Amino acid sequence: MENQYDVIIIGAGVVGNAIARELSKYSIRVAVIEKELDVSMGTSSRNSGVLHSGIHYKPGTLRARLDVLGNSLMADLCNDLKVKMNYLGKLTVAQDEEEVKSLYILKEQGQANGVPDLAILDTDAMRKIQPNVGGIKALHSPSTGIICPYSLTIALAENAYANGCHFYLGHRVTALSKQGDGFDVTASGKRFQSRVLINSAGLYSADICAMLGINDYKIYPCRGEYLILDKRLDGSLKVLVYPAPHKGKAGLGIHLTNTVSGNILIGPSNEYQDDPEDYACTARIMALLRKEGHELLPDLKTADFIRSFSGLRAKQTSPGKGGFEDFVIESREDVTGFVNLVGIESPGLTSSPAIALMVKDMVAKLLTLKRKETFEGTRSGMAGYFHQLPDEQKADLVSQNPDYGEVVCRCEQITKKEVLDAISNPLGVQTINGIKYRSRAMMGRCQGGFCLPRIVQILEKEFGYNPEDFLLKSKDSQLFLGKMRQDVV
Amino acid sequence: MQVIKRDLVIIGGGPAGLAAAISARKNGLKDILLIERDKILGGILNQCIHDGFGLHTFREALTGPEYAQRYIDEFHKLGIEVMLETIVLSLDNNRQISVSSKEGFVKIQAGAVILSMGCRERTAGAISLPGTRPSGVYTAGAAQNFINLQNKQIGNRVVILGSGDIGLIMARRMTLEGATVAAVFELLPTPSGLARNVQQCLNDYDIPLFLSTSVFELHGTDRLTGVTVASVDETFQMIESTKRFVPCDTLLLSVGLIPENELSLGAGVNLEATTSGATVDDTYMTSVPGIFSCGNVLHVHDLVDHVSEEAALVGQSAVRYVTQKTVRDSASIPIEAKQDVRYVLPQTVSGKTDFTVSLRVTRPMANGVVMIKDKGRKVAGKKIVRLHPAEMIRVKVKAKNIETAEKLEVSVQC
Ligand SMILES: Cc1cc2nc3c(=O)[nH]c(=O)nc-3n(C[C@H](O)[C@H](O)[C@H](O)COP(=O)(O)OP(=O)(O)OC[C@H]3O[C@@H](n4cnc5c(N)ncnc54)[C@H](O)[C@@H]3O)c2cc1C
Repeated sequence: MENQYDVIIIGAGVVGNAIARELSKYSIRVAVIEKELDVSMGTSSRNSGVLHSGIHYKPGTLRARLDVLGNSLMADLCNDLKVKMNYLGKLTVAQDEEEVKSLYILKEQGQANGVPDLAILDTDAMRKIQPNVGGIKALHSPSTGIICPYSLTIALAENAYANGCHFYLGHRVTALSKQGDGFDVTASGKRFQSRVLINSAGLYSADICAMLGINDYKIYPCRGEYLILDKRLDGSLKVLVYPAPHKGKAGLGIHLTNTVSGNILIGPSNEYQDDPEDYACTARIMALLRKEGHELLPDLKTADFIRSFSGLRAKQTSPGKGGFEDFVIESREDVTGFVNLVGIESPGLTSSPAIALMVKDMVAKLLTLKRKETFEGTRSGMAGYFHQLPDEQKADLVSQNPDYGEVVCRCEQITKKEVLDAISNPLGVQTINGIKYRSRAMMGRCQGGFCLPRIVQILEKEFGYNPEDFLLKSKDSQLFLGKMRQDVV
Repeated sequence: MQVIKRDLVIIGGGPAGLAAAISARKNGLKDILLIERDKILGGILNQCIHDGFGLHTFREALTGPEYAQRYIDEFHKLGIEVMLETIVLSLDNNRQISVSSKEGFVKIQAGAVILSMGCRERTAGAISLPGTRPSGVYTAGAAQNFINLQNKQIGNRVVILGSGDIGLIMARRMTLEGATVAAVFELLPTPSGLARNVQQCLNDYDIPLFLSTSVFELHGTDRLTGVTVASVDETFQMIESTKRFVPCDTLLLSVGLIPENELSLGAGVNLEATTSGATVDDTYMTSVPGIFSCGNVLHVHDLVDHVSEEAALVGQSAVRYVTQKTVRDSASIPIEAKQDVRYVLPQTVSGKTDFTVSLRVTRPMANGVVMIKDKGRKVAGKKIVRLHPAEMIRVKVKAKNIETAEKLEVSVQC
């Protein structure tokens, strides 16, 4: 039957897609069901994009083990998937002797977790790495890295798809039931069956559990807001710089984070809220982030703030309790065949390849997994963007394909070819944001003021879009209501 | 890679670039190349289908495309070389330019360069607008493109934030096209657009303008459902008790223009904080020898007529630079903005030739005199009945009056 699968994965975030790609190495039928019109519309595109080294997690926890393993798997994975990442390293900086003590504790914890090459640096040594950094000593963790989180999430999905995994985008799972050996899944009115069901629904993971009568979990969304800075400031930070943990200071604190695209992020904040869909940015936090930004980067100008966004942490700890719980990754004994992932908050992005391996082992106990000889783990294309290539190579590519010569997005220098590739990606694109996340067009300082009208023209002339077909991100987010004037016949 | 040579390269084929090219040719220069990234010349004027252009230059109220066409026709008649659909990727301080087009990658060595890239609109991100990120939020210029050039209906019930000229023009356009414009909100206590636009685009259509009022939150997860607005006090802080929800499906932003100086910065051109444009001398040469700037990339103008006039002067200066290898006079005289003056241009003058100072005032005033002084001595002045930040003021200065000047100061006296 068409909608019958060996494994159904709920949620096309980085975790669901990493699992899908891992399982696509085996001769089983796998599908991913996602409520949004594209992959990576939830937490997986709304985070700091840091590949954490693993110094912060309690030894023996899943977070510690999976983070360190995930971090070490990332280089090869990104190489295969053509995703840009960079192990640029991090300094955790102490301001006084009290904080220096905490650096040694962190270092010991990191070593227990297997984090490589940790070193405590004195002022001179740390300033060699990041000039002008304040503080007296720092813990250097060279394996801390940065990655574009949605590029990874999209690449995982595309590669899973290329290896036979099915994707049902715009399908919200509304009902689940255990039927004999398998599961009945209802999503947007369509029925599916599967033998194994994997819950990687992020903020909705507890709701998915509840659909199967499991009421052990509750998710408390906790919002982190960010401001994105103009690329002009790229280069102000050589490495990531975090303050040392300090009694009375909660979380990792608001800080600056480099991104692989050269825009620095300020954030994230830390505010519990009720609605798992409310990605609003608030006046109060934005003002706070602006103030922090000016303190951390004296050269910052008002015009350097190009956009704000927020992400929601899928926390298991209530607002009163705070802190962190370990990831829940379990093959349920009471509901055989249900592999359940709950509370995959930070470092879920870093851990995703390791989580996928762990889940694969769980699935192997439920189904026979046979390696597929046809599996192709590498993705074609390039990591990064056309404009980053050397001039000679660019000239070559333009002579092969003139669409590389036409720059559509002037701020990010994204070419028409890259926009066309984004539109014709294997999973298809249904939204303007889908084009944006894949091509980087509209992500620059003018925020699409220049290129959105051009992209609209491309979609209309070359892909036959009608005015009503243009969606920003969801099916009710039309760009246009129709034609302004009727055509004269 | 191929490197071609040109005496003068003009970057940007809007009204500034066109007028500069025409003037350079009329001043005798043959080897001129204009580079434009669009398919057609004319720049932003192509989407400005309303009238009011050319009142000074042609004594006629032309539409944007009509105004542009007069220059485009002349440009072609003069047989000036143009590269269309070609984007300049970089410019260095030796005036080497790299460009990209469907034909490929080319490097161009220019004897002189005129920067005329225009400006871009300030966005919701740039003004840190809180709330959700739904569809239906456009900058006024992008909306103008969609409606006038692409026949798209962008919304039914519109709120406009900012009273810049494009916002005012779009209030009228949306009304004419059958949408309802609920209101225009302006943070400042005075409109930022021209008085004639407030009259002809808002008052004539009974569209309310709320001054000292701004949008404080966007609502709606998919399409915009409304905005929270409130009045502000003198320090621009929101007055909590005035907060109200205004339902709308469209928000247009007309909150300022930013000169597009990324290429200029790459070449090491010094910019001025107030204008966000280059600092120039009275030949409109920037801090980098042989690189000139004019039009909205230099400072945001009120009228296209002023752009054309300035660009013609710059075309002439560039020709002089190319043919006479003029160097900057080291003994130049700085000009500074003082009392009630937001900025002045040029920032330095040689004092050897007559010149015109362009300036804007900081606040609306009546019956003022714009004074240009050298150590307290008046060297030029102009009486103006109505002074407004939305309007550019131009004052002529005679070289013979500043023979001994060390520094000029520009102020307004009421
Ligand atoms: C502010 C912030 C900063 C962070 N920084 C980092 C960092 O620097 N490094 C790091 O390693 N981690 C970081 N994280 C954590 C990381 O982003 C997450 O752990 C990771 O993205 C979780 O991925 P996921 O696939 O579980 O969730 P998601 O990306 O949320 O995916 C879940 C998917 O399930 C879909 N779904 C939900 N319900 C249904 C349903 N009923 N039917 C169908 N589909 C459904 C959702 O639409 C969504 O697409 C950060 C998180 C936040 C919030």
